[in-house]
Amino acid sequence: MAVNSKLKTKNSELYVWEAVKALFSGFATVFVHLFRRPITEQYPEYKRPLPVRARGRIILTIDPDGGERCVSCYLCSAVCPVNCISMEGAEKPDGRRYAAWFRINFARCILCGLCEEACPTSAIQLTTDYEFCKTDILSFVYEKKDLLVDHQGKDKDYNFYRYAGVTTNYGDKGEHIGEHKPVDVKSNMP
Amino acid sequence: MLTWILGFIILIVKLAAVLLVVLFIAAYLVWLERKFLARLQIRYGPNRAGIFGLLQPVADIVKMITKEDTVPDGADKALFLIAPAVVATTAMLMFSVVPFGPDMTLLGHRIPLVVTDLNIGLLFVFALSSLGVYGVALGGWASNSKYALLGGIRGAAQMISYELSMGLSLIPVVMMSRSLSVVDIVQAQQGHPFIFFQPLAFLIFVVSAMAESKRIPFDLPEAENELVAGYHTEYSGMRFGLFFLGEYVHIMVFGGLLAVLFLGGWHGPFLPPLLWLLIKIFLVSLFMIWVRGTLPRLRYDQLMTLGWKVLIPLALINILVTGAVGLLVGF
Repeated sequence: MAVNSKLKTKNSELYVWEAVKALFSGFATVFVHLFRRPITEQYPEYKRPLPVRARGRIILTIDPDGGERCVSCYLCSAVCPVNCISMEGAEKPDGRRYAAWFRINFARCILCGLCEEACPTSAIQLTTDYEFCKTDILSFVYEKKDLLVDHQGKDKDYNFYRYAGVTTNYGDKGEHIGEHKPVDVKSNMP
Repeated sequence: MLTWILGFIILIVKLAAVLLVVLFIAAYLVWLERKFLARLQIRYGPNRAGIFGLLQPVADIVKMITKEDTVPDGADKALFLIAPAVVATTAMLMFSVVPFGPDMTLLGHRIPLVVTDLNIGLLFVFALSSLGVYGVALGGWASNSKYALLGGIRGAAQMISYELSMGLSLIPVVMMSRSLSVVDIVQAQQGHPFIFFQPLAFLIFVVSAMAESKRIPFDLPEAENELVAGYHTEYSGMRFGLFFLGEYVHIMVFGGLLAVLFLGGWHGPFLPPLLWLLIKIFLVSLFMIWVRGTLPRLRYDQLMTLGWKVLIPLALINILVTGAVGLLVGF
């Protein structure tokens, strides 16, 4: 064997001495560790501060004016890699879309955050809460009333219907922030 | 007749006491190992069940007993069920020849403080530690699993190799004490433990006995990262617990034998004999855990090389030297 022949070229006495020395230094190193403070973080008593963008339980936020942000576009449901989001869209008399029902199965959710990235209205967001384990697997199915919260989450000012070119009670077409008047298609004037 | 009955009662009491103490200490050896090893690795170890995790062994036992006892498809059922018992029983039986104090006198009767003073005590220990291999090899074979089979084969090969050097390392001790009885060996060490006369035999015995008990530098039969869990891969519940128990009783037996054969057994100043034996066993256990925390597992060829090419020749030389010195000086 290559290893053996290499060792034999060395002075074999020296090799034994080195091996014994290495053995003892190893034992000494481990022994010294006996007197060091354990570096364990005792979990329920000490909770490590989480990064701001840590991903945990999912919520549905509302806009600054109090309306539901979710417009039931199905983008989160489509992007979800484990298909744990389902909903049914509906429309209010004033033209706003909303989810008639909205359901997340947290027993399947992998907290990847793709739904949050896909959401055009900042409605679906991930919180930093990760301690929601339960013993009954069916209780992991969260309905809309469990998901809906009364704050804006990470995106404080955004209100989709103030920018969207959709006729609602925020204004007619062309009256929203940063929006031009609609082009008159019946005229050729610039 | 009355003496016979009395002797029988005394024997039963001794058996019960030794068995209880051995099982109790084995359970807390698990706790000690987890705790001490954790501190060597700058962790806390179990600290949730009771203060300092002292109820952890109880929790472990409850958990193991309430687990499902599975037998894999295609397993040799009879052998599969018997194998863990073989390991645990042989390990516990080995303790029966370890003396834990000088002879006691009760109501005019002389009571030796050892379960049984066999005049071939050492051979009995070797026979049982060879039998213990059957538990490992059969358990591995009967599981109908490749990992368990590999573990079982490794166990058999390893233990046959190290049995030899272990036996040879003890021959100088037998030569010096002129007896195979463990009680006589302890008596011969009054005032001067054999470790001072036989440091080489002591080293060889420590290494090969550690290999016998499948502890970490020699844990090839279970080798987690290659063989899942080796010979007990397919075991669950209390049957796995019996393998576990056997391993820890084996540590105690190893500590007991080391104490009895090289460290003077129950001999020691100031403290009562039983306490001295327990202290010695405790120190040996701590040493074994320290070794576990320090050394990585040997490769298979290194294991065989160490056994056959280093330990056995050394043990043979040691026997020759001891014999020559004995012939010249006389002991």
